[in-house]
Amino acid sequence: MTVEKMILAVITTSPHKVAGGVTFICENNEEMQRVAASLEAILDGIAHALSDDLLIIVKH
Amino acid sequence: MNEYTYPILFGVIVGVVTRLYLLKTDYRQYPTYLHGKIIHIALGFIAAGLGTVAVPAIMEKEFAAITFLALAASQFRDVRNMERNTLNELDQYELVPRGKTYIEGIAIVFEGRNYLVIFASFLSTFAYLVWNVWLGIVAAALSFIMARKFMSGSRLGDIVEVEYVEPHFKGAGLYVDDIYIMNIGLEARREEILRYGMGFILKPKNFDARSTIANLGQRQAILHDISTALGVYRDSGTPALVPLAKRDLDDGRVGIFILPQEKDVEKAKAIIRNVPTLENAIRMPTESKTNQAGRVLR
Repeated sequence: MTVEKMILAVITTSPHKVAGGVTFICENNEEMQRVAASLEAILDGIAHALSDDLLIIVKH
Repeated sequence: MNEYTYPILFGVIVGVVTRLYLLKTDYRQYPTYLHGKIIHIALGFIAAGLGTVAVPAIMEKEFAAITFLALAASQFRDVRNMERNTLNELDQYELVPRGKTYIEGIAIVFEGRNYLVIFASFLSTFAYLVWNVWLGIVAAALSFIMARKFMSGSRLGDIVEVEYVEPHFKGAGLYVDDIYIMNIGLEARREEILRYGMGFILKPKNFDARSTIANLGQRQAILHDISTALGVYRDSGTPALVPLAKRDLDDGRVGIFILPQEKDVEKAKAIIRNVPTLENAIRMPTESKTNQAGRVLR
């Protein structure tokens, strides 16, 4: 089964902005980019930026 | 050997030659060389036979024999199904799929060409039997020209102007001109996209063209054709690197974003202009009675 059009993971440096979902909290932007890149590859999804400190992974 | 042998032979040859002439394998590499082709040449031979034999059947007052043309129709409808199924199966493994509209267009063409073969064979055998072999050759030439005319559809260059624009980012949003394409979160991906990406704006020349290029199938066909001709910078599992075409809702322009292996602006423009306008995507809103009266649509 493939889960499409759903937020598969949230990667952020500002944990107070997120409630629920699979959330990865990172120390800084560099770590956030690295985690998102790995998750993008693993989940075959795209990392979308909602703001500078908040990324989500979605499979289309 | 009887008086019909040569006319029938002539008609079958004309039919098969017409089919071969219409069966050009171009950049799309479809039908695949040799094996895929043999199927269509064989079917073309059958079509030629059916078209040819109809003429002596009428002359011998064997009218019941004409009903086998009905059989031909169902036979060639199967050709369309076969092509559709094959292409649909293959499409799942394309990096940039053709899309269902393109596939349906190809399938229709394969069916239609067999009928053209029947027609060519029928006409040339008829001319041979009623007059002589020379007029038979004239009829064959005429049906050749007709087949060519019927089978070359219009191109995208006839209905749109193509303009190159460098894609750019506003924050995480990727834009081609002022048309929003998608949101890219990773900085590394953004750099990759700016390095390899190309953007094009398709400006419709009239109101009809606006609806035609709005069709999702037509847009997918454009993406597929460019990716076939210029290569594609992507692999499975990299949905961020997928070519996309998005529409400007205000004026109907379409922004094309592609990631070719070969970044050549002039070639890409020429390829876009050469994409066939899909029969199933063509709309003619200006032909509607309501639109013909009153204010002219632009």
